Formats: sequence, structure tokens, C-alpha cells
Amino acid sequence: MLGEPDLAAIVLTLKLASVTTLLLLVIGTPIAWWLARTRSAWKGAVGAVVALPIVLPPTVIGFYLLVAMGPNGPVGQLTQSLGLGVLPFTFAGLVVASVFYSLPFVVQPIQNAFEAIGERPLEAAATLRASPFDTFFSVVLPLARPGYLTASVLGFAHTVGEFGVVLMIGGNIPDKTRVVSVQIYDHVEALEYAQAHWLAAGMVAFSFVVLLLLYTLNPTGRRA
Amino acid sequence: MNADAGIRARFQLDYSGFSLDVDLDLPGRGVTALFGHSGSGKTTLLRAIAGLEHAPGGMLSVNGDVWQDDAVFQPTHKRPLGYVFQEASLFPHLSVQANLQYGQKRVQQAQRRVSLDQAVAMLDIGHLLTRKPARLSGGERQRVGIARALATSPCLLLMDEPLAALDHALKQEILPYLERLHDELDIPVLYVSHAPDEVARLADHIVVMEAGRAVAAGPLTDTLARLDLPIKLGEDAGVVLDAVVAACDEEWHLAHMEFAGGRLWVRDHGLPIGHRARVRILARDVSLARAPMTGTSILNTLPAVVVDSVDDAHPALTLVKLRVGETPLLARLTRRSAHALELMPGQLVYAQIKAVALIG
Repeated sequence: MLGEPDLAAIVLTLKLASVTTLLLLVIGTPIAWWLARTRSAWKGAVGAVVALPIVLPPTVIGFYLLVAMGPNGPVGQLTQSLGLGVLPFTFAGLVVASVFYSLPFVVQPIQNAFEAIGERPLEAAATLRASPFDTFFSVVLPLARPGYLTASVLGFAHTVGEFGVVLMIGGNIPDKTRVVSVQIYDHVEALEYAQAHWLAAGMVAFSFVVLLLLYTLNPTGRRA
Repeated sequence: MNADAGIRARFQLDYSGFSLDVDLDLPGRGVTALFGHSGSGKTTLLRAIAGLEHAPGGMLSVNGDVWQDDAVFQPTHKRPLGYVFQEASLFPHLSVQANLQYGQKRVQQAQRRVSLDQAVAMLDIGHLLTRKPARLSGGERQRVGIARALATSPCLLLMDEPLAALDHALKQEILPYLERLHDELDIPVLYVSHAPDEVARLADHIVVMEAGRAVAAGPLTDTLARLDLPIKLGEDAGVVLDAVVAACDEEWHLAHMEFAGGRLWVRDHGLPIGHRARVRILARDVSLARAPMTGTSILNTLPAVVVDSVDDAHPALTLVKLRVGETPLLARLTRRSAHALELMPGQLVYAQIKAVALIG
């Protein structure tokens, strides 16, 4: 069965994934909007940077974030001068790393949803006296709802599933950075296969349920 | 009418392969058709007027209010206009009612001249209010789109081929509502169309667009009857007259329509005496004779004066402009017939009209 450390790891994982997903929805929306609407020459470059975590090994992302956020890195210097200390091996550091790591999984569905809306509803709203800001909240967000659902689920699930980045940036500190994936690794290292099974099977079941909900609640082409 | 009344629009736009260059002075009331083939720039002009197309250096004032000039560019949402798109473009996530309210609630109370109930009644959509747009027919959607634009109490209503996406039957369903707007509301309308029958039925004025230029502009009747126009109307060349039902002949089910210059018999459609209606006479349905004919099946023969004539698109044909009283008329003849009749400007002829269509 699940022991005290396992439950702590599960709680920490859910907390990390929730905070990360919320942050990503806030950060990802303007990025997705810009990518969906811009005609700038930078579109390709920015899109590529956002997509990098999809192809890079998590250890690479973790390594660079570790360097950047460490005591001698630019981000580390900034956080220290602000009196925040250094981020690696803290929960906050893990959140920052997860935001980078899961960014494309949130930005891309939202960007696709924005692109699918097209120009016309925005023009129609403008002819009906809605300012661009007003239009975004009264037309764009409701129409992009399926994209937001996909983005939330993928961002959450992907953060739950991260391992390499956590190991690089967070290490393995109970209640702070020891998430489920790391806990499973620990169990296997210690040859505690039964405990590993409970957590691993739990992850499989969780991921399946999440994706099942995504595919049944969000059929393409039908908007509630 | 003061000097500010009317719509002043001057736009220059350059895209690759297309340029728009217009300087128009349009009436501030009634329906003005922007007529032309696809690619003639009529929709681009409408979008520039709406501010959807950013035209630097353009100038636009509507009944005295400057919407755009060198110093000002009112964004679309600050222009008091209504816009009807070719596809109704309703918001799919909102009910019909919420679609109608979307624009209306963004207009200040003091500026609401058209109530929601009025807009609903005028387009006859009261039974659709709770539905989602996905559950409407194409014609119903377009009626909701028009009502939604009206509910913002626009100072100018812009319609971009509102019927073009509909089949013939649906067009006939919507046209009466458009005529009703024309008759009941005092909102100037710019109506983009490439369909001569819609223009003949709805427009009071016409701007003919070709390759991004306005090649003619003026009152509908006079403009349609101009000969110098490169309107390649083909079979649709003809005139539109405003007429009044003067008398009915019950025995033969005919109505006598009076216009400025004469009277015409048309089929009786049950219109009451005194009713105003439009009559369309196509050039191909008018033939000419030097003397009044007897022993003919043609009911309508009008004395007319030859004004001018030009070569038609086909070398065998000529287009003759006539005047019946104050009203212009076009006749399409073969050049051989015109030669045989020795037609000269100022000459009196008899116009035999084979078909008169009562429109609206």
C-alpha cells in the first residue's frame, strides 16, 4: 500500500501540477495570441523556442535552468538581489522549471484554438462596438474553450509526468521536490517493487482517466 | 440639405495586383448600391468604410461626423455602423437573443433608436430567440445577422452581399425584409452586390465599380439608363422606374402603373391603388416603330424621343436611349433595324414594350 512518503509525494505532485498549469494558462495565453495573430518575422523563431521542450531531453532543460538559476547564473543573481535566495532545490524552482518544460503543451492547443476562430468573429464583434479587449473576453475566450480544456489537461498531465527536469533542478527533497515520478525511481532503486507498482499503476490509471475525459468531453467540431 | 449631409469617402489602397482609388460623394439617405463584378473592389471599399481595412490617407465623413481623415482614425468599434457580412457570422456560442443583445448592450442608452423588439419584429425572428445559430437555416441566420446590426441603431448600415450565399428561394425569402428596412427605417444603407436584380429592387442610388475605380455614380434610374457606361450588364441592361398603381382592370387581371411620363399595363398582383412599386424594363424587351402599330399583341406602346445610341457589346446590336416624358428607357435593336428606321436624336418613335416586370 501507499506509505506516508508516497502520499506526501502525491500531494506535492498535484500541487506542483496545479500551480504550474494555472501559471501556464496565464503566461501561455498572450504568447499563443501573439503567435496566432502576428505577421512578424519573429513568429517562426518564437514558435521554435516555445516548442523546444518537446524535442530536448529534459536533462538538457534542467541543466541550463540549474546553471541559470544557480548562485552564479543571471537568474540566480537576480533572485538573490531581490532577497529570494536561489531557486534550485526549492518548490518555487521546480515550478519555474515545470513552466518551461510544459509550455508548448499549453501554448500550442490555445494557439490552434485562436487560429481556428479566424478573423471574422473578431471583425463581427468590432462592428458591434466591442473593443479588442472586450472581444477577447466575450468572443475569443468562449470560442477557444475546447483549446483551453486541452491545454489544461495536457499541461497538468505533462507536469505530473516530468522526471528528468525535477531530478536536475529539484533533487529529491521530501515535501519540497520529491514528486511521484522521483518517488517511484527511489522505490525501484531500493528494490521496493510493490510500492513502485502502487504508484506506477496509479500514474497509468490517472493518465488514462485524464485522457479519456479529454477525448470524451471535448469532441472536435461540437461546441457547447 | 446642409453641406455636411451625405457620405464623403476617399480611399486609396494598394495591394499587389489590386488597387482601390475612389473619391465618392454619396447621399446620406436611402439605399446606395455598390455594384460591380467580383474583384472590382466593392467589398474592399465597404471594409475601408467600416475601418476593417486600414486605409492610410483616406478620408471618410458620414452626415457631418468625421470617421477618418489625416488626423483621425476611428477604429471600427467606435464607428456607429452596422455591418452585415455575406455569411451571417453569428457568434456560435451565443443564442440568437444573446447575439442580438451583444451589439445593443454596447451602445449607450441615449443612442438606442431601434429597440430589440423592433429589430426582432422587422425581421420576424421572434420564434428563434432561444436557438443557437447552428440550429438556424441559412436564411434565418442572415435575418438574425441583419437584426443584430440594426439593434445597434447604426447611423450607416453596410451590407456586403447579404444574399450572395443564399439560393434563389432563400433570396426571395429575405428580399421583402430588406425592402421593409428601406421603407420603414431612416438609415442610409450601402449595399454591395453583383446581382442586377437585387440592385434594381432595392437601390435608390448606384455606384458602379470596376477595377478598384468608381466608373459611375448617381440616382439608379438615370445611371442605369446612361449609355456611356461600361456596365457590361449584357442581358440585364435596362431601366428601373418608380411607379404607382393607378387603376386595376379586373376583367383582364391587369394593373395600370403610372410613372413620370406615362402608364404601363402589368399583371395585377393584387396591389392596392396608390401603392408605390418599381417596374423594370429590360432593353431587350423594347422594340421601336416609326408609327403606332395596330394589330399587335403588345399591350404597352409608348411615344418616346430618341436621345442617343451606342454600339452594344455584340457588333450586330445597338443600344438606344429614349425618353418617355421625363423617364429614360433603353432599347436594344439590331444595327440593321436602327439603320432601317433612320434613327436620329430628337426623333419621335413608338416604344413597344414586350415585358414589364413588377419588382417589389
